[in-house]
This record gives sequence, C-alpha cells and structure tokens, in this order.
Amino acid sequence: MNEQHHIVSYRILVGIWLALLALTALTVGITRLELGGYKVLAALTIACVKAWLVISIFMHMKYEGRLLRWLLFLTLVTLAIFIGLTFFDVLYR
Amino acid sequence: MTDNKQPAGSSFWNDTGKTGITSWIFSTDHKRIGLLYFYSTFGFFLVGVLLGLLLRIELMAPGRTIMGAQTYNALFTVHGVVMIFLFIIPGFQGSFGNLVMPIQIGARDVSFPRLNLFSWWLYMGGAAIILTSLFTGGGPPDTGWTFYVPFSARTGTNVSLAVLGVFVVGFSSILTGLNFVTTIHRLRAEGMTWGRLPLFVWSLYATAWVQILATPILAITLVLVMAERLLGTGLFDPSKGGDPLMYQHLFWIYSHPAVYIMILPAMGVISDVIPVFSRKPIFGYKFIAFSSLAIAAFGSLVWGHHMFVSGMSDTAILVFSFLTFIVAIPSAIKVFNWVSTLYKGSISLEAPMLFALSFILLFSIGGLSGLILGAAATDVHVHDTHFVVGHFHYVIFGGSGFAFFAAMHYWLPKFYGRRYAEKPALIAWALMFTGFNIMYFTMQVLGMKGMPRRYYDYLPEFANLNLLATVGSWILAAGMVIMLVNLFRGLWWGVPFEGNPWGGATLEWSIPTPPPTENFVEEPTVTHGPYDFKGTGKP
Repeated sequence: MNEQHHIVSYRILVGIWLALLALTALTVGITRLELGGYKVLAALTIACVKAWLVISIFMHMKYEGRLLRWLLFLTLVTLAIFIGLTFFDVLYR
Repeated sequence: MTDNKQPAGSSFWNDTGKTGITSWIFSTDHKRIGLLYFYSTFGFFLVGVLLGLLLRIELMAPGRTIMGAQTYNALFTVHGVVMIFLFIIPGFQGSFGNLVMPIQIGARDVSFPRLNLFSWWLYMGGAAIILTSLFTGGGPPDTGWTFYVPFSARTGTNVSLAVLGVFVVGFSSILTGLNFVTTIHRLRAEGMTWGRLPLFVWSLYATAWVQILATPILAITLVLVMAERLLGTGLFDPSKGGDPLMYQHLFWIYSHPAVYIMILPAMGVISDVIPVFSRKPIFGYKFIAFSSLAIAAFGSLVWGHHMFVSGMSDTAILVFSFLTFIVAIPSAIKVFNWVSTLYKGSISLEAPMLFALSFILLFSIGGLSGLILGAAATDVHVHDTHFVVGHFHYVIFGGSGFAFFAAMHYWLPKFYGRRYAEKPALIAWALMFTGFNIMYFTMQVLGMKGMPRRYYDYLPEFANLNLLATVGSWILAAGMVIMLVNLFRGLWWGVPFEGNPWGGATLEWSIPTPPPTENFVEEPTVTHGPYDFKGTGKP
C-alpha cells in the first residue's frame, strides 16, 4: 500500500489537540454540576467525541478507503454488543 | 531434526541449504514454523496429559491417594492452563493452519512471514513465563484456569506471573489471527474463489476473526487482575465499589469464544477428511462454510451461560440461555452435513477417517450435554459438578483432540514423506476411543449423581465410578502411547509416502511430497472445487 498518504497540516493537528484539551476540561467541569445520572451519560458522550476525533484525524481514518472504515465500524459494533449484553445483567440485577 | 532421515529428494527439509537449529527457530517458512508450533504445542499436550493422569490417580479412591488438597488444586489449574492456553488454542492455527493453509489456497507463504515467526517466539516466551510461575514466588497458581476473583486477587500463589504468561500467549494468538485473515484475503491463487476454498481454510478464517476480536478482551482482563493484585485497585472488590461479576463477564467474553477457537479448526479438519475417505464431494459446502461464520458470530454472544448460578440477573440468564440454544443450530448443520456426505459414499476406514468419525459421535455427545448446561433450570443442578468436566472433555478432547489426531495422521505424512503403519494406528484408535468413553461418560454420570468438580476428595458412594473413570484414563493413555510410537516411528523411518495416496483434491496434494520451500514451481491456477475428486487417481 504505497499510494500517496494524506498529509494533515500542523494547523489542523494543533486544532484537534486544543479541542481534545477543551473537551477534557469540559469533562472535569461537568463533574461540578448537579446532573444526577446524566453525569455518566455526559462524560461518555464527551469521551466518544474525543475518540472520534482521534480516530478520524490522528489515526487518519477520515482519509482511508471504505474497507478499513467498515472493518473499524464492525469492530466497534462488536464491542458495543459485548458491552450492551452485559447490561442485561447490570440493569436487571 | 537432521536431513538424512528424510527422503533424498529436494524438499523444504533441505532445499535452502541451511541446516541446524537456527535454520528452524529463525525460519520464516510457514512449514517450518508449522512444525515448530506442532512440536511445541504437542509437547505441552503431553505434559497436560501427564497431569491429567495424575489427577485421575488421585481420584481413584476416596481420601488422599497420592497428593493433598493444595497440590491437587495446583495440578488441575496447571492442567487447564497448559491444555487450553498452550495446546489447543494455539495448536490448530499454529501447526496445521501454518503447515497446510497457505498451500491449500495456492500461496507460497503467509502474508507476513516474519510476524508469523514472531508469533511463535511470543508463544514460546509466554509459555516460558507460565512455566516459570510454577516454580517461583508462591508456587503454582491454584485458582483453576479461569482465575476467578476474589480468590485470584488474594491467593498467595504465583497468579500474577501466570496471567502475564497467558497475556503474552494471547498476543501471539492475535497476531496469528491477523496474519491468517490477511493471507486468506490477499494471497489466494488465481481461480481460488471463496466458493472453492477448502472448508479447513474457511474454518481457520472464522477462527482468526474470533482471535482478533475476542483475545484483546482477555488481555485487558488479565491486566486488571494484575492491577487488582499488585495495586489493590478494587475493580472487582465490592468493598471498594467494584463488582466481582464483572470479572466473570470479561473473562467469559473471551473464553467462551475461545472454545470456538478450539473447535472450529477441528470442524474444518473433519470437513476435509470425511469427503476424501468417502470419495464423495462434501454435502452442503456453503452451509458448512457459513455455519463456521455463524458459530463464530453467535458463539461470541453466549458467554453468560457460564454464570447462571453466579448471582447474575434473571433477565440476563434468559437472554444468554436463548442465545446458547441458537449456537446449536449451525453446529447441528455441520453434523448433519457430514453424515449426509457419508451416505452412499465409498467409505474407507483408515486412521484419519476413524478419528474423524469418532469426532462426530463424541462432539455430538458433548454438544448435547452442552444443551443440558445451556438450559438454566438443569444447569443449576449440574453446575460445578463432574458433569461439566465430562461435557467439556467430550467437546474439546473428543472433538478438537480427536480431530487433531485425525489431522496428524492425514497431513503429517505429507510433510515427512513417510507414513505410519495402518494396523497399530487402528489398534491405538480403538483403545483411545474405548478408554475415552469409559472415562468421560463415567464422569458425566458422576456429575449427575452430584460429585463436585475441583475437589481432591469425595463421598464413599462415588468410589466405584471414580475407579472406573481412572481405569478408562489408563486405557486411553495406553492407546495414545501406541499411536505416538507408531506415528512418529513411521514419520521418521516408515515406508515412503509419495504422490496422492489418500486421493485428496485440495491443492496440497498436487505438489511434491514433502513440499519444496516455495510450495509451487509456478503459481497455480485453480479450476475445480476442493472436493471434486475426478482426476485424483483414486475412484
């Protein structure tokens, strides 16, 4: 696979880095708010956004072909199913 | 491994001009790596057998027979760890996967030969760590191969090092899976369409995906156990807000699919052997191929059936019990297709075929007893009894183990150019089949009567059946000794094995015996299916 690699500019990389830092600060910030059970949801949502940024930009998935994207999608779906099935236990115990 | 014992012709044993131990342990040839894997995994199998025999001798009579409780606990743990992590998980992919798969798809090697060699080194490194754990620190782990918390987090035995070893072996497994998926996608010869892949390759492909997707979860889980032991993180400790059941979920998310890593390639071997010795194309090729994928997919979703009595929620029990029954469908599809292949076939009962036929029976008994365990209501009665031990050995020893023996008799002569004697092989098979059933069927009966597993002692009423099971283990062992002596004496000094004596139609039978390092003089073009026996020289 020696096709030309997409080169991401430093400006975008730094921008993503700053966004990740801001999201981390936000994660810390929401722990101060009275959100009850939604606190976990909020933290996980922010974590998902951060993971998406890392995967798509830092790990170049945004610029990859369809096959790799599908493989990643399938892997994530598998993981989601694994985690989801454990909730049949945790939620109803 | 000296060359002079092999047939004089040019082959991968001698055609590179390199000799000595380094030409093996640093070789990137898939056949040499396959043999490295074969001898290392099979060596550990023999260690496991020895430990199993000692366990059976201890259980021969009530009370202390040859060892005390702590030794017994350590022994069944090491038996399980060695057999599962060092033999049957890496065994099929590493040895026969490596030896046969690239040739079967018409390739010269796997996609990443160096990664392949690295996988073997990782495996050996992990094995060395596991062996070290037996003799250092607090002595061999006594948790059972499942390393359940809270005991595994607290016991003074050397659990940390043992799980580190399993962690390393796990990475070897992931890399092999990655290598095989890539190889099967990218290196198939011209004309080797997905519909012409030998079913052994299909099964390796399904297995490889399980290795890639499930093994990392085991790795993480074992790291968490180490963190629990060394740092006291409390992830699995309720007094610190943790959840011990989370360990069981995480462990079985890997370890149930791992059962399919053990059995799927075995099913592939059976799917390749049965048509050859029935002289008939396989019945329901597509169904067998896709049932491998279905088993891999659904088999990954049923881990909760190991936890019915753990205190898991009733909803989860219902869901996992239901999913477990679904796995029975693709498994049964395979069994029915194998039996249909036999129907009106021209069956020749040679050693590989006998092992393959016994696989069908033993796997079916194991599978059906699995349904008793998969149904939550009946599982409560037999959970943690010898019934489970019997069931598991029917599937993994009677299934995977016998398929491994079938593969040894079917494929090893191809790579040695010499073969074993048929009659002793048949005697060995008969003894092993008889001993196996005496031993493990008795265990299932014992379990039904309420004898728990993992105790070195038992009530006097179980004495007779335990004695019977132990005698069965000796018959089985006697058969194995005959099999091994006959097989390996044949491979090194037996009569030449040339051409295509079994009449196989897959690609490995179209190249010289033993194969040259490059496998094919020129890249083959595949024009027929793997079970199209016209022109194989055998009617």
